Amino acid sequence: MKRDEIIKTIEGAELCPGNAGVVKVPLSQFRKVAEGLRYDKESPMDFLREVVGVDWGEEGLGAVYFMESTVTGETAALKVVSDDRETALLPTVSDLWKTALIKEREAYDFLGIRFTGHPDMRRLFLREDWIGWPLRKDYDMKSNPLRLDNEINADITREYRLRKDGTLEGIDHPIFGENDFVVNMGPQHPSTHGALRMRIGLDGEVITKVDPILGYIHRGIEKMNESLTYPQTLGMTDRLDYLSAHQSRHALCMCIEKAAGIEVTERVKYIRTIMDELQRIDSHLLFYSCLVLDMGAMTPFFYGFREREMILDIFEETTGGRLIQHYNLIGGVQDDIHPTFCQKVKEFIAHLRKVIPDYHRIFTGNVIADTRLKGVGMLSKEDAISLGCTGGTGRASGWANDVRKRHTYGLYDKIDFKQITYDGCDSFSRYMVRMDEIMESCRIIEQLIDNIPEGEYHVKTKPIIKLPEGIWTSAVETSRGEFGVMIESHGDKTPYRMHFRSTGLPLVQAMDTMCRGWKFADLIAIGASADFVIPDIDR
Amino acid sequence: MNDYYNLEALTSVIHAALCGVMPEWVALTIECVIVGVIIILLYAVLAVIMIYMERKVCAAFQCRIGPNRVGGKGGLLQVPADVLKILIKEIFTPAHVDKFLYSLAPYLVILASVFTFSCLPWNNGGLILHMNIGIFFVLAASSIGVLGILLAGWSSDSKYTLMGAMRSGAMIISYELSIGISVLTMVVMAGTMDIHELVMGQADGWNIFKGHIPAILAFIIYLIAGNAEANRGPFDLAEAEQELTAGYHTEYSGMHFGFFYLAEYMNLFITAGIATTIFLGGWMPLHVPGLDGFNAVMDYIPGIVWFLGKTFLVIFLLMWIRWTYPRLRIDQILTLEWKYLMPSALVVLVLMTFCTLMGWTF
Repeated sequence: MKRDEIIKTIEGAELCPGNAGVVKVPLSQFRKVAEGLRYDKESPMDFLREVVGVDWGEEGLGAVYFMESTVTGETAALKVVSDDRETALLPTVSDLWKTALIKEREAYDFLGIRFTGHPDMRRLFLREDWIGWPLRKDYDMKSNPLRLDNEINADITREYRLRKDGTLEGIDHPIFGENDFVVNMGPQHPSTHGALRMRIGLDGEVITKVDPILGYIHRGIEKMNESLTYPQTLGMTDRLDYLSAHQSRHALCMCIEKAAGIEVTERVKYIRTIMDELQRIDSHLLFYSCLVLDMGAMTPFFYGFREREMILDIFEETTGGRLIQHYNLIGGVQDDIHPTFCQKVKEFIAHLRKVIPDYHRIFTGNVIADTRLKGVGMLSKEDAISLGCTGGTGRASGWANDVRKRHTYGLYDKIDFKQITYDGCDSFSRYMVRMDEIMESCRIIEQLIDNIPEGEYHVKTKPIIKLPEGIWTSAVETSRGEFGVMIESHGDKTPYRMHFRSTGLPLVQAMDTMCRGWKFADLIAIGASADFVIPDIDR
Repeated sequence: MNDYYNLEALTSVIHAALCGVMPEWVALTIECVIVGVIIILLYAVLAVIMIYMERKVCAAFQCRIGPNRVGGKGGLLQVPADVLKILIKEIFTPAHVDKFLYSLAPYLVILASVFTFSCLPWNNGGLILHMNIGIFFVLAASSIGVLGILLAGWSSDSKYTLMGAMRSGAMIISYELSIGISVLTMVVMAGTMDIHELVMGQADGWNIFKGHIPAILAFIIYLIAGNAEANRGPFDLAEAEQELTAGYHTEYSGMHFGFFYLAEYMNLFITAGIATTIFLGGWMPLHVPGLDGFNAVMDYIPGIVWFLGKTFLVIFLLMWIRWTYPRLRIDQILTLEWKYLMPSALVVLVLMTFCTLMGWTF
């Protein structure tokens, strides 16, 4: 195990409590350890799942790095702290993992930790003229009154470097080239699927750079959660990725249940798994609709929505909600399934199997769709892993990253289903992965729907839940990738720090890699095929 | 052929009657005004019908009902209500635009559209603008439209509109070649550019049958290029909503936007109308050689019904294409035109010339 190895060989390394197995390493050794893990011979940790910035108060400011090897599946987690609160500096790891380019910006934005060597230290979600660092525990909530003036986006970004003598040096980089024709897209734009804004450098119709500007729907959910009790925090998860509402909530419930030692009944597992898969079909149908609409085909758009409506009706009967269901609770689900639920689900799947061929007939083999999707927006397997593009986007690049197989949960270890992967690395593969996953989800539901065991749908829990001290994590496969929850608990009834791994943030970051060299019109098709949802990115 | 509905007799009688009570120039002026009003009315009414048709057709393709509330069961008054709404909307002019060109652009577009519209042969004797280079005039007049589009995009002072206009301009200018060549193919066969003569020449059979293989190929090329010329899907990237919001007319509102919208629909009608005229016999009824009884019955159907019937059939075809296919990308569109469509149009032209010379057309 890497963890034991690090503790043994690195002086001052210690294991933190919690199920995450986080190893605290001294700041001076961090970079060496990270490099060692990244380029390990047997199991190189090539997938950086998450960088979570945390304010540990007296201890200092720092971050937790979760990584995983795509070769062996081994995981590791490092914690590193800088005790200088005034000028907190951490060495960047963005040269080891590309995903750190954006995740470190997030930590900088919220906690004011500067990463030395990071080429683009701009704020990510908040306004560039924001005062203070909101996730710091000593942040004054009154320091930013409502501002009605426009935010001016800088065209220059700053890199911080440490000189040999230990002093800090700032180097400026321009964001766009001198001859780039910069077109702004969003935040109000018909096809960014929400309030996403991108600045796009163009040379004629050819894209030279995509610079996403995020935060237009940032609600500070992680900050809010720090003052909510655990049952209250559940309400936020549905509002992250609204097309994976059920799955995100599943992840948080699982994390709290794991930490608090609550066992759920078989029946609950069945219900949760079935609902997860229904949600996945729902989301993928919407993906199909949006992709075809973004490419200018109006008719198939209605096909997807027609079938999705039937799922929403099924959701509504059992949960009362359509888009966001608020169905999972700590220890079970809100209410038992509706008496006609199984019947309706079976009818729906039979119907879906009949109509999916129509979807393919009108769009998949279409010559225009083929020329616009095949070979366009390449994302190599190495880039997908380095950028942390999980979900269908990663699987279309040949990276088998399904959490349901990697870190199985619910009932996924008991049922027979295939992990869909394609090797095309292009928009068309990303499209086909989702279309095939619809059929795979149907298979999963069919295996479960007739065997739901009797039992309690909810285990009694204490009115006030307190989690034991430590760092707790869990992850699920949502409709668009790995959604992770990290809770740092100090034994209170509210979390000390709660972080959600966004499935969409790496995808938005990958837009630059995927779009460069392609035409402006391709950006839309590539964006649609990457399938991101903005509230999940901004949190 | 028995022609029961020739309007020429009626128009001559009216002209003679008017000349009897006033000098000829006054009579001509009055006639011009009346015909002008008729054109504009017809233009507007047909646009309303087409918008309604488009909404119903696309609804049918998309498993929907379409407009069904305003004006009874079929939603017949929906489009007139929309027209009324757009008429009373404020025409808003953004601050940074080039005022003169910005206001001029929609009128250029609508002007081109009305010019070409006036050349359509509605019925025997119902041709409004009659000249011996009719088809040539249609092609020339329709090119004014692209000027309006380019001006709209340029004068709006926005990156989106500029890109939309450049795309649209490049596309329309390119596809005009294919249209021109495929029309020329039929002119070679018919031996005339006069729209009236073109239609009269099809009394014994529509051109698409008389010209068999090259005519059918030219018809297909014409439909593809015409679809692009009318800026409709899969060639509607000028206003590719998904990346350019609304392309060249992003900054227009109220009736100025309405003009672009109207012109686009009417261009569809004109494209179909010209296709009907040169390929499908214009107002000529369907005649099958040898079936005299059938032919006699067909002659009882008025020419205008034939013309509109065929035109709307072609429009339906084009709508079907639009609501089925996704949109092409600008470079793919230009590749399609310059590498495939135009060369094949040239080959068809040569083929047709050869067939005509050898007397292989009927």
